[in-house]
Amino acid sequence: MDIAIERGRVIDPNSGVDAVTDIFISAGRIAALGTMPPGFHAHRRINAEDLVVCPGLVDLSARLREPGLEYKATLESEMAAAVSGGVTSLACSPDTDPVLDEPGLVEMLKYRAKSLNQAHVYPIGALTRGLKGEWLTEMAELRDAGCVAFGQADVPLPNTRVLMQAMQYAATFGFVIWLRPQDANLADGGVAHDGEVATRLGLPAIPVCAETLALSNIILMARETGAKVHVCRISSAEGIAMVQAAKRQGLPVTCDVAANHMHLSEMDIGFFDTNCHLIPPLRGLSDRDALRRGLLDGTIDAICSDHAPVDEDAKLLPFGEAAAGATGLELLLPLTLKWQEEMKVPLAAALAKITVEPARILGVNAGHLSSGATADLCVFDPDQYWRVETTVLKSQGKNTPFLGMELQGRVKYTLVNGNVVHEA
Amino acid sequence: MNNNPQLNKSGKLQHLLTTEGLPAPILLNILDTAESFVGVTERDVKKVPILRGKSVFNLFFEPSTRTRTTFEIAAKRLSADVVNLNIAASSQSKGETLLDTVNNLSAMHADMFVVRHSQSGAAHLIARHVQPEIHVINAGDGRHAHPTQGLLDVFTIRHYKKDFRNLRVAIVGDILHSRVARSQIHALTTLGVPEVRVIAPKTLLPSKVERLGVRVFHDMAAGLKDVDVLLMLRLQNERMISARLPSKEEYFKYYGLTPEKLALAKPDAIVLHPGPMNRGVEIDSAVADGKQSVILPQVTFGIAVRMAVMSILAGH
Repeated sequence: MDIAIERGRVIDPNSGVDAVTDIFISAGRIAALGTMPPGFHAHRRINAEDLVVCPGLVDLSARLREPGLEYKATLESEMAAAVSGGVTSLACSPDTDPVLDEPGLVEMLKYRAKSLNQAHVYPIGALTRGLKGEWLTEMAELRDAGCVAFGQADVPLPNTRVLMQAMQYAATFGFVIWLRPQDANLADGGVAHDGEVATRLGLPAIPVCAETLALSNIILMARETGAKVHVCRISSAEGIAMVQAAKRQGLPVTCDVAANHMHLSEMDIGFFDTNCHLIPPLRGLSDRDALRRGLLDGTIDAICSDHAPVDEDAKLLPFGEAAAGATGLELLLPLTLKWQEEMKVPLAAALAKITVEPARILGVNAGHLSSGATADLCVFDPDQYWRVETTVLKSQGKNTPFLGMELQGRVKYTLVNGNVVHEA
Repeated sequence: MNNNPQLNKSGKLQHLLTTEGLPAPILLNILDTAESFVGVTERDVKKVPILRGKSVFNLFFEPSTRTRTTFEIAAKRLSADVVNLNIAASSQSKGETLLDTVNNLSAMHADMFVVRHSQSGAAHLIARHVQPEIHVINAGDGRHAHPTQGLLDVFTIRHYKKDFRNLRVAIVGDILHSRVARSQIHALTTLGVPEVRVIAPKTLLPSKVERLGVRVFHDMAAGLKDVDVLLMLRLQNERMISARLPSKEEYFKYYGLTPEKLALAKPDAIVLHPGPMNRGVEIDSAVADGKQSVILPQVTFGIAVRMAVMSILAGH
């Protein structure tokens, strides 16, 4: 089927294209930009006037809750949420039940996802068996089954010797290790940033040095082993400075930030708002500002949705007992645009943080509009406001700190493999 | 930030969850009302009919005999029907959620919930989900707040010192884990106490505690100098020997209130303690039983303050 998306503002951060033009899709691939290719016969024309046409979004952190945790969400609900948010490729974390530590489970997940014919799913394999932090998984086998990287999700790996050996082993094959830096002992029992708000509310706290201490270990071991490391969801100003220093030394380190953390701080917890119970914790205002700047100067490579749907009852508990996490796939684009507008960033540069940059971190051929590329696209109205409401969200998780707020930027069409999988 | 969850639309007290964010006139009204109840508690017939026909449910998700008893006495002296529920031992262990428990009890037509829970924010959560005619009193939530304790402490201070505006008050001990300290700090600063100090080793202070409007001291000699009021805190047993403190002996030596250390404060300084005391840990018996101690009057005033809170919430 041939599709023509006409008169949209086409932005491809990879090539630098930013122009009002047409885009021609044929046989699931991008046939051409601007000029209709010979033999093209549009079966469908999409009028993209006043809309932005960009590569489908690539999300580095989506919990799909399958297998095992279907009461929180199912693959169907979360894949619908993804395309409704313009996300066409996503990395899912290994903290499912059972853990993604065997090739069979990865193949099953890939198969289930593929049969839904929506976003492309790239599993992150478990770094250690059962995420227990003791024995390595069969990383090479898992890679053959479809894993693109290896990590521990939010499960600590306190044994530094195991971590070092995992890095050495991964470096042997050139695999990337994804780690969210947090010292298990310093963070133990904590539910909020160790700052003024936790002090006022009497909440057990997680100090910044829980992040920096772990990050220091990770960076030193990356230097020692030569392993490629991706730092997930950095939260503190000091952490960003360390990543920046590591990059300046030429270490193969990349880094992402969760969309919520670019906009919120500990202050947003207010009177124990459990929707602001997130991992890592929302930190101080100066940390949030450093995250926003770190994105701008390139220390932080990508923005992720940190999609973590939880069932409603798990949030109707005292703050410390409430489940952590927020739904995010449908908010990734508007929260990125909010940062773009507030920081006066060129639109293409902002979109790079959720398209070509995360694709590069994943090591997959996605997030760009080159001729011949898989036709994964997101067409959105940058000016349309919409209210974040439980009835609007497709994700089974309805919890987000932005519930009830108006956000700017609405996805109108999402295409995967040249098929329109979402239209609003 | 949401509106103050403790006040109703006309700015009147709807719930008492914390002393933080309550305007001074509301705090003073509670203290003045409590003053009028001190007389009641000293009469032969210690009852007034203010809560006749009303039901007060004591929901204790965490065991406590003393606090529960003082709330029970206060409610009974206001002629309320009192139901005590020790929930730690019943439904929670069967997997019922906090809000399920509260909804079930609401269906029994409670007028007021007095709530104690081990988690910070539990009382706020309940207040947000009860029917609008039900009032919630926080009787202690995690490390967060214990507002009636904070109020009875400022009541006691006013009783002996008359005016808040020229006082130097020191809070001594485990500030980090103390809901009492937080409630004291907010009540004192709101009522215009010009200098509130906290004195503790660094392992027992929360980060950025100075942002609550207090001066931080680690040394008793410096911290107690020229102080008018000493608020001692209980050191929980599980903290006495831990990674936070090496021993109760060392704690007593450096932070326990002895007559010698008390002598560093003003000669007419008063000593308070929320109880139960650990004699020989945070306080020496000679001080606890000494002439500057107002620890027993605190208990008596505590009933009057709780009566005042309940009657104000009931609209009186």
